[in-house]
Amino acid sequence: MADTRTHAVAHHFDDAEQQREAGKLGMWIFLATEILLFGGLFCAYAVYRSNHPEVFIYAHRFLDPSLGALNTAVLICSSFTMALAVRAAQLGRRRQLVGLLGATIALAVCFLGVKGIEYERKWKEGLLWGARFHAKLAPAPPALPQTLPPVPPAEGEERSLIPPAATGPSGLARPGRAEVAEGAQGPPHDVQMFFAVYFMMTGLHGVHVIVGIVLLGWMMVRARRGEFGPEYATPVDLAGLYWHLVDLIWIFLFPLLYLIR
Amino acid sequence: MTSPGGFWMPVEGSTGAAAVDSVFSLVFWVAAFFFVLIVALMVAFVVRYRRRPGRLDAEASPSHNTPLELTWTLIPIAIVIVIFVWGFKVYLDANTPPANAYEISVTGQKWKWLFTYPNGHVDENLHVPVDTPVLLVMTSEDVIHGFYIPAFRLKRDVVPGRYSKVWFRAVKPGDYQIYCTQYCGTGHSDMWAKVVVHPPGGFERWLEQASNFLKTLPPAEAGQRLAVTRGCAQCHSVDGTAGTGPTWKGLFGSHVPLQGGRVMTADEDYIRNCILDPTKNVPLGFQPVMPTFKGRIRDDEITAIIAYIKSLK
Amino acid sequence: MTGSESGTAGFGTGGNALGRDNYLNHERGVRSWLLTRDHKRIGVMYLVAILSSFFLGGIFAELIRTKLWTPGNSPLMTANTYDQMFTLHGAIMIFLFVIPGIPASLGNFVLPLMLGAQDVAFPRLNLASFYFWIGGAALALISMVTGAVDTGWTFYTPYSTTTNSNVILMVAGVFVLGFSSIFTGLNFVVTIHKLRPAGMTWFRMPLFLWGIYGTAIIQILATPVLGITLLLLIAERALGIGIFDPALGGDPVLFQHFFWFYSHPAVYIMILPAMGVISELVSVFSRKHIFGYSFIALSSIAIAVLSFLVWGHHMFVAGQSTLSSMIFSFLTFMVAIPSAVKVFNWLATMYKGSIWLATPMLYVLSFLFLFGIGGLTGLFLGALAVDVHLHDTYFVVAHFHYVMFGGTVIAFLGGLHYWWPKMFGRMYSEFWGRIGALLVFVGFNTTFFTQFVMGSHGAPRRSYHYQMQFEPYHRLSTIGAYILGFGFLVIAAYLVHSLFRGRPAPANPWGGATLEWRTSSPPPHDNFAVTPEAGDPYDVEAWRWDGAIGGYVQREPAPQPASP
Repeated sequence: MADTRTHAVAHHFDDAEQQREAGKLGMWIFLATEILLFGGLFCAYAVYRSNHPEVFIYAHRFLDPSLGALNTAVLICSSFTMALAVRAAQLGRRRQLVGLLGATIALAVCFLGVKGIEYERKWKEGLLWGARFHAKLAPAPPALPQTLPPVPPAEGEERSLIPPAATGPSGLARPGRAEVAEGAQGPPHDVQMFFAVYFMMTGLHGVHVIVGIVLLGWMMVRARRGEFGPEYATPVDLAGLYWHLVDLIWIFLFPLLYLIR
Repeated sequence: MTSPGGFWMPVEGSTGAAAVDSVFSLVFWVAAFFFVLIVALMVAFVVRYRRRPGRLDAEASPSHNTPLELTWTLIPIAIVIVIFVWGFKVYLDANTPPANAYEISVTGQKWKWLFTYPNGHVDENLHVPVDTPVLLVMTSEDVIHGFYIPAFRLKRDVVPGRYSKVWFRAVKPGDYQIYCTQYCGTGHSDMWAKVVVHPPGGFERWLEQASNFLKTLPPAEAGQRLAVTRGCAQCHSVDGTAGTGPTWKGLFGSHVPLQGGRVMTADEDYIRNCILDPTKNVPLGFQPVMPTFKGRIRDDEITAIIAYIKSLK
Repeated sequence: MTGSESGTAGFGTGGNALGRDNYLNHERGVRSWLLTRDHKRIGVMYLVAILSSFFLGGIFAELIRTKLWTPGNSPLMTANTYDQMFTLHGAIMIFLFVIPGIPASLGNFVLPLMLGAQDVAFPRLNLASFYFWIGGAALALISMVTGAVDTGWTFYTPYSTTTNSNVILMVAGVFVLGFSSIFTGLNFVVTIHKLRPAGMTWFRMPLFLWGIYGTAIIQILATPVLGITLLLLIAERALGIGIFDPALGGDPVLFQHFFWFYSHPAVYIMILPAMGVISELVSVFSRKHIFGYSFIALSSIAIAVLSFLVWGHHMFVAGQSTLSSMIFSFLTFMVAIPSAVKVFNWLATMYKGSIWLATPMLYVLSFLFLFGIGGLTGLFLGALAVDVHLHDTYFVVAHFHYVMFGGTVIAFLGGLHYWWPKMFGRMYSEFWGRIGALLVFVGFNTTFFTQFVMGSHGAPRRSYHYQMQFEPYHRLSTIGAYILGFGFLVIAAYLVHSLFRGRPAPANPWGGATLEWRTSSPPPHDNFAVTPEAGDPYDVEAWRWDGAIGGYVQREPAPQPASP
């Protein structure tokens, strides 16, 4: 095991093979944590979509599926260039590796650019999350009834025939929401909930894309120094795994947010 | 307050309490049996097998025994399934209100409970008739609270934006404690109230009398009650400190600077207008956040509140 | 491989390496500690860090108990300060102390040694994990100074999104601590998978490693969900996204589901390593092979799996559907079974042994007693009808402390006393060790048993004011807390004393058969001069007491493998 290269096997590993396997296992476990991180958001999506299906069907029309499809294509291309980069690293083709990493980064930046255009439109139209939502939805929603209709007295004898004066809480709760949502004319209530989910999911994904760009940039610097070759390509391999995961998550986000039927 | 009950559990004040206590005793004796078993074996082993001259090494004994280990896996499983089934059954009964239950709506807010009776009367304590199923429909105005009556073994979180229902049938007239169990801020531990269980006939008498407090109490005192039950006191203090709204202390007859530069005298008409159309004359330094009470408050109630404000010099 | 020459401490000299090259003096200077990648040094740094948190959390606990001496207002603190105190006590104890506790301090130190390895798989990540811990702790401390949180450690919405305290900073701190936890777990899983020595199959692994492995799995799978929950909470507070806000169509109870999806498994993050420690100790101090190895090992995994399926039992009164309450109640009872199996196996290990009542064994006995109560009172809370009555009362507080303190902290203390000679090469005073164990046992029971009675009578937890009827219980509990605090001062005093004046420890003072006892005390930088061969980790009877060195030696020296 006389490894004289700069990246010798760390002292606590028996050989390069064990080190590589440990690195890969570690990366796969890390990817599992990433999936669970997004898993929380997918759960939130499922809960709110099943609670307010009309909101999701109504609000997804404000997203531009052609931009979404463009971004999907961009990311799939970047996955392809990334896979080629890993192969180039393993074969020791330094210039090809640098070029492919550069192409991947360029596609990632392109993705963020398209995303930025979409965000800007939403911002202008006020299609934002929760408290910030201020879009003028047409036609205007019917005004909320200020009070619930009086509850008809039940048949029990103990019940007083005087209708209750206090009509439910006047605090945060908004009774009557469900009835309004039934009316098919106006936009449903709580449209902002869709955009809260949309911005959280695509925002967190965007942060991952930025992290990916930094990671791939670092790989590019190391590749230029000629650190990678047939004996040592694990870091590029691991960065590639990460990048594929980022793409994969988008592949799920695109239909869930843009293509609701 | 009624007697504190036994060593473990408080007094049984409702039909459900006895059922819960029977599950409690079952679990208690199962737990006590296993605890005594574990500790007795432990002590016996320590005494008998402790290291001492002549006993520096362990005796030969098997390092595993699958049938034995399966036994002490399967027997506990059987026991916990019994506990589970019984606990679930009692829980199910406690969650199935009878159809003819008397309905009272409960509102939790920082930091008190308000109970609204079917005739519209709002009270700070829960008054119920004995031996009658009572259904509570509960919601919160701000954060999550926990409605808890230990004597009835009854507890449910009270969540803003949704209604939770619990029911009980009190078995003995008396006063019982109500707590808030879901931490809700500074006054969480003061969110106490009482259940007053009335003997037969007593509840109807009480309700009639309490509902007419506008007629039976002096106007200022009636106004004070209304300020609490109608939620005024949440934003308007009576000690001179500004809350979400201006304080009521010394308000009446003072000159109130308004937004837009006008100044008005706080007389009866001004206060009446503020209650019915709060965003019209907003005092300087406050947000127009007060909800309107138009259609939600009667004229004699407004009069009582004005009388109360007048009394706060 | 510097240092390996002097690390070859023969057993003839007792195997103490204090005067020679060891990991403590291999490099000198603060820098060599702060930038170390040695798992042993990281373990020691973690130990110092978590013990400091424990001290801070303990101070808060004593202050809370002092306030509760009186039912009404107290000159000591206002209601609001009290709310901040119990929140900080909980948050510090949970996130800074108990969760990293055993794995990051004892686990970091012992795990590679038990594997006969030189380090964990990713030493740099290990150091990064420590600094994430420091970063998270720093954020939590800053939040304490700039507006201490008053939400309770559970951060329930909508209270946490509307209170004025500095929730964002505290939550960000916990988020960062999550990274620390994930990195530790990831490192341990890879280390156990890839660095086991020849001859150590899965079922010849020490049970402490099974415990750590189960813990690491939970850390990896559950912590990210806490991460996204906390991110959503931060977004809710900072941006008002409305996910948990009923006024915007959100659901505040969803937060509880998310939170407990992490935090229930998290209590097993806390207890599984503790059970691992007990499994080691009970065998060594009974001088006997562990009874029912595979049942104990598999029960750790069963607990890890089931722990993900019981989070709903925190919401029996929060208004979830009857069906889900039923399922969660059933699964909650099922998760009790593996714990019961372990207790019976530990008892069977003591049967016919030669029970040595040294300080670590006193903690084992203490654990069986206290964890017995903690586990059995869990049955009350699992039974739906009874839980409705007991939920959010002092009964739950007592149950939780019996499991977390009576279980995890007691096992941590046992493990600390067990591995202390290995870590620092010195023995502590056995006399004071026993006094300390006794004080902690008595103080703990006085503090918390009273709370069971109070709770079943309906005393709500997190209460600044309480009814007069509970005053005697509260006073007894406060007295217990002082005894407990005094016990910890005694322990701290003799442990610190032993660092300077303790008798030099032999390589194997207790007669353990796991690999960490085959190297010198303290170990050399590279852990082993000669890679030991893995055998049966519970073959403790192969070691005999040697009075001359005050420790254990192998009955027949194992054939030494040829040096590579």
